[in-house]
Amino acid sequence: MTTYFNEMYQGKSVRAPYARLEDWMKSMPAELRHMKQAEAEALFRRIGITFAVYGEGGDPDRLIPFDMFPRVFTGLEWSRLERGIKQRARALNAFLVDIYGRGEIIRAGRIPSRLIYQNAAYEKAVAGFRPPKGVYSHIVGIDLVRTGPDDFFVLEDNCRTPSGVSYMLENREIMMRMFPDLFRENRIQPVEHYPEQLRRTFASVAPDKCDGEPTVVILTPGHFNSAYYEHSFLADLMGVELVEGQDLFAEGGFVWMRTTQGPRRVDVIYRRIDDAFIDPLCFRPDSMLGVPGLMDVYRSGGVTICSAPGAGVADDKAVYTFVPEMIRFYLGEEPILQNVPTWQCGKSDDLKYVLEHLAELVVKEVHGSGGYGMLVGPKSTKDEVEAFRARIIADPGNYIAQPTLALSTTPTFVAEGIAPRHVDLRPYCLVGERIELVPGGLTRVALTEGSLVVNSSQGGGVKDTWVLAE
Amino acid sequence: MLLTVDHVTRYHYDQPVRGVVQSHRLTPSAFDGQRVVSWSVTVSDATKGAQVRDGAGDALQSWTIKGPVSVVEVRVQGTVETIDLAGVLRGHRESVPPDAYLRDTPATAADLALRGLAAAAKGAEGPLAVAHALAGAVAEAIVYRPGVTEARTTAAEALALGEGVCQDHAHALIAVARVAGLPARYVSGYLFADQDGAPHEAAHAWAELYVAGLGWVGFDPANRCCPDARYIRLGSGYDAQDAAPIRGVARGPGHEALEVSVTVTEAAAQTQSQQ
Repeated sequence: MTTYFNEMYQGKSVRAPYARLEDWMKSMPAELRHMKQAEAEALFRRIGITFAVYGEGGDPDRLIPFDMFPRVFTGLEWSRLERGIKQRARALNAFLVDIYGRGEIIRAGRIPSRLIYQNAAYEKAVAGFRPPKGVYSHIVGIDLVRTGPDDFFVLEDNCRTPSGVSYMLENREIMMRMFPDLFRENRIQPVEHYPEQLRRTFASVAPDKCDGEPTVVILTPGHFNSAYYEHSFLADLMGVELVEGQDLFAEGGFVWMRTTQGPRRVDVIYRRIDDAFIDPLCFRPDSMLGVPGLMDVYRSGGVTICSAPGAGVADDKAVYTFVPEMIRFYLGEEPILQNVPTWQCGKSDDLKYVLEHLAELVVKEVHGSGGYGMLVGPKSTKDEVEAFRARIIADPGNYIAQPTLALSTTPTFVAEGIAPRHVDLRPYCLVGERIELVPGGLTRVALTEGSLVVNSSQGGGVKDTWVLAE
Repeated sequence: MLLTVDHVTRYHYDQPVRGVVQSHRLTPSAFDGQRVVSWSVTVSDATKGAQVRDGAGDALQSWTIKGPVSVVEVRVQGTVETIDLAGVLRGHRESVPPDAYLRDTPATAADLALRGLAAAAKGAEGPLAVAHALAGAVAEAIVYRPGVTEARTTAAEALALGEGVCQDHAHALIAVARVAGLPARYVSGYLFADQDGAPHEAAHAWAELYVAGLGWVGFDPANRCCPDARYIRLGSGYDAQDAAPIRGVARGPGHEALEVSVTVTEAAAQTQSQQ
């Protein structure tokens, strides 16, 4: 029987960060709880925040369940996480600069050339180009799970356009609105300055050709996109324009935004569009979402694109295995946060192990996301395991396997009252002239009893995440 | 050789379009085999945009044409002095590692037949011999015949037809080279079709294969040779679309018709001043 680390209770005693939450919890009879839960849902509906987290698809109008029971870290716990996250974000960016530059890590034999240069996310179009301040990934979303008081593992890195930060902000705002007393009793570090920090990050990577205050825009694929709400939400909070491809044009070496007062030069584009679609003259010629000529302007230093085209190589699941090596190679440091041990089914030894231990492992598609196309061995039937075995054998290179991690639990409001449910965490690290991290992130919770899959498409919910002041 | 190019591309829109943006790969590559004597690209009623040398070493130039416009004319005129380097791309500066050109695109993906064709290189010793064997096999398998294939024809389709033009030859050679583990890419440029009446178009394409020790080496299965002094190289890519000399987008509902004329002639020998 696996034992799971409960972040609130150690036996009967309450761990320090949750000390003040026990009374709060007990002071809420079922009736009040139901009322509050209904109130929270009404608030979420009114805001209109219904999109699927992390681009998982599914019904765009479905509300993601919000659990009112916060997830809490001490300042001390957080400071270690913060160092680990920033370290990783630095290494990932150094790696991207390197592989589009001299490729030292490959020359040194520390990572196979094939994994990089034949990677679908590698863009030869930007080889030899160094983006402003040497930053490729301006927002690094690092998915973490916890298995013990001091044991954190990185599940995956998201270097392109990690979504979900609007939940981090909304969860906090709704909690403050519904339970103001909690915020007086607990010294909770704020996260509300995230949009301002994000804007400053973008401004700090404006191209050299920008004179004066940089104009930043968010480029969205449009309102039919599942994360459109987040795009408009962030544009509002940052005080920048939300634009679609057709609102921008390239001319005379710069990118311009059509406005009622005439064209206005754009310096930094936070794009929420995949590389393949951002410029039909460089990538997919049939893209209607992008800006024709954008890549020529970008590569001649007329505009900055965040994240930089080509950043996706760093968050590939097969490249993930090498992140600890990147930290040692570029920073000369030991990784503060551990990777989950990973078997590459494309390697014959690994494949053999995986096939022999399939019922104990979690197997994922290399390019999959959203909890689709994965096998959780211990939670699957014999038939499911065998069906998956056939898929792996048919295309081993497409799969990686990891041990089933004993994800920590936090108390969660469920129909029967309060019960432990498994959680993960995605903090959002900002990389510009400086590296910054607001104390918090998005906690996802698997609402189904015993489930280890926190994805919203698989019945997951979200929680407010607190970091206490020391 | 001293080659003079006159290349006119005219886009006709049946309804005026609101605007056109183009990105050109229309400047001769900088390498030891060719030297620009004079070169100009003009675009009717256009504003010059960003200019950049990309990681593959190609000179890219953006243009914007404000609408409403019904005709856009791109004219390339110039003279290039070339020497025969037996296809070797010597002295070309680029940042993309050769391994990046092992990746397939839909146009160059190898099916069973292409894999079979790649077996032609069995027994060939060393990458250069393999490359020659593959280029020869492609030339045998696909007969030059204009009009049977079109811009979107893939390497696999052209091989199945057994006929095609230089684009199909290049795609097929890229496909089999990658099967054989040799990085390969598509090259677009111009060809001076000499007096012996070789029928191939002056706007030409071929493939480059990466041969360890030599670097990138051009192969032209359509003419069963390696590029020599009759060739002018413009740029490269994974396939024809990626290496296109002109990529453009027009805003508006207008339907586009294309008219192209290219002539490559040998310039009159010029007296060089001696010092």
